[in-house]
Amino acid sequence: MSGYLTGVLVVLAFNVIAAYAVYLPMAAGQLNLGIAGFMAIGAYGAAFLTNEYGWSMLAAVPVASAAAGLVGLVIGFPVLRTHGIYLALATFALGQVIAAVFLNLEVVGGAAGYTLSAYAGPYVVFAAAIGVVLVMLYLSRTRFALYLTAVKSDPTVADLMGISVRGVQVAAFALGAMVAGFGGAFYALHYNFVEAQHFNVLLSVFTVLYVLFGGAQTVWGPLAGAMFFTLAPEALRFGEQWRYAIFALFIILFMAIRPQGLITTSLFQGFRRRSNEASP
Amino acid sequence: MLTQQIINGLMLGAIYMLVAVAFTLAIGVLNFLNFSLPGLFMVGGMATYGFIRIGWPWFFAIGGALFLAALVSLLVERLAYRRGEGAEADVPLVSSLGFLVLLENLMLVQYGSDQQAFPALLPDMNLRVGGLVIGIAQIISLAISVILVAWLSWFLKRTNAGRRIRTVAENRETAQLLGVNIRRLVPQLFVASALLAAVGGVLFAVNYQQVSPWMGEGPGFKGVAAMIIGGMGSIWGSVIGGLLIGFAEVLSITFIGADVVNITVYGLLLLILIVRPQGLLGKPPAREKL
Repeated sequence: MSGYLTGVLVVLAFNVIAAYAVYLPMAAGQLNLGIAGFMAIGAYGAAFLTNEYGWSMLAAVPVASAAAGLVGLVIGFPVLRTHGIYLALATFALGQVIAAVFLNLEVVGGAAGYTLSAYAGPYVVFAAAIGVVLVMLYLSRTRFALYLTAVKSDPTVADLMGISVRGVQVAAFALGAMVAGFGGAFYALHYNFVEAQHFNVLLSVFTVLYVLFGGAQTVWGPLAGAMFFTLAPEALRFGEQWRYAIFALFIILFMAIRPQGLITTSLFQGFRRRSNEASP
Repeated sequence: MLTQQIINGLMLGAIYMLVAVAFTLAIGVLNFLNFSLPGLFMVGGMATYGFIRIGWPWFFAIGGALFLAALVSLLVERLAYRRGEGAEADVPLVSSLGFLVLLENLMLVQYGSDQQAFPALLPDMNLRVGGLVIGIAQIISLAISVILVAWLSWFLKRTNAGRRIRTVAENRETAQLLGVNIRRLVPQLFVASALLAAVGGVLFAVNYQQVSPWMGEGPGFKGVAAMIIGGMGSIWGSVIGGLLIGFAEVLSITFIGADVVNITVYGLLLLILIVRPQGLLGKPPAREKL
């Protein structure tokens, strides 16, 4: 693999992980605009543990992503009292606060950034992303995915059916945070450098964009969205400085034409119907 | 010293206030978190700069920039809001973000990513009142913001058009039954909120004398915070929220350091959302989109 291709694929792997971190809460009807904050926790956590305590990657990554999940769990309870747009903005504020806290933490370098000595190669990163996708595919076949859909579609009915709505919501939020922390940890280990400024609003917002673009109805949507968003700007490289403008224009037009996202449930139903007709 | 900081905070707060009111119009009436507004804020500043650079007199330049912002906002209405109406509620949000990215990158192509020096439009005159230094630009901007917001509040309360807008905010279907032409009202609202954001951008450029393609992000997102803190849909809430954020920012820069601004500003927002989600002056949400 050429260096360029590897570089692009690594970015793709990180974007896929981040997209699923946004997808999980979104499947439960939450718009998380603060995912970058949880990535920052994972990244700084892994960096700190490997640097200061000499932990191996195998120990540092799970602990760092668990830390992100724990913060999600603790903050999820008060924050999930809010709904809809309020929740989106609370997560947005949360992401900003977390990034700003790391910016001011002198133990991890403050504004100057933090250098790591441990290194995760590209294949480790690919494996991590594939692992996340497989876990998500598995999750989508469990009852948990059904609970998420139920809570998203109608919390009242879900409550009547005996689902702990609050529990499912907090679980989805915390799991999303954990996945984000997982991705963040590998981000730090691969690039060997973290700075708080990387984990800004636009990172969160773009990640949400991947999921909504790909379609939040099925488990394949985030994957498709992340792939498109990573590879299309590369393909538009000939346009040099125009490429992001062209790209943004494309997003606008696409959302106007196909607002439900790239991959939808009805698309799959269409396939199934066709295959059923073919083999009665 | 402290009084001086309060004046600076008031100035910054006045700009956040305009952005917050722009957001509040879009949310309160249309239930649309319009993320293209930070872009329109930037268009206000950058386009004024661009027009001045090609030799337009400054008042034409400002007028041209405001016109451009209104035009773009109509496009946002067409492509992001109207198309997304039937679909899932996050869709208009995504497309409006698309507009933010598009506007920033178009400006980047045109003027480059560096900060540009914005010419001093007003004579560099300062009023000295008992040891305090108050710039003319500051006073004029503050006056413009306050007058605009007060006028808007009066307009919504007292005029027929204002009543129509409040009816739509209360209940869309009822408004339609009562004969409000929503198809015509919505674009007007988009133009109004775009103008507020763009005026904010112009004032920001005049006061700080620099513009860049990214200038909309900071004030834009802080405007959102101000709107929430004050209470979504409430104009006077946005005023209070804007001023609070302005003060919080200036005071934390003075007493702690520039790096903690985001902690205080967004910490305040988070606290409000947890303790009192409807904001300081807002009513509890009856219905919501998104």
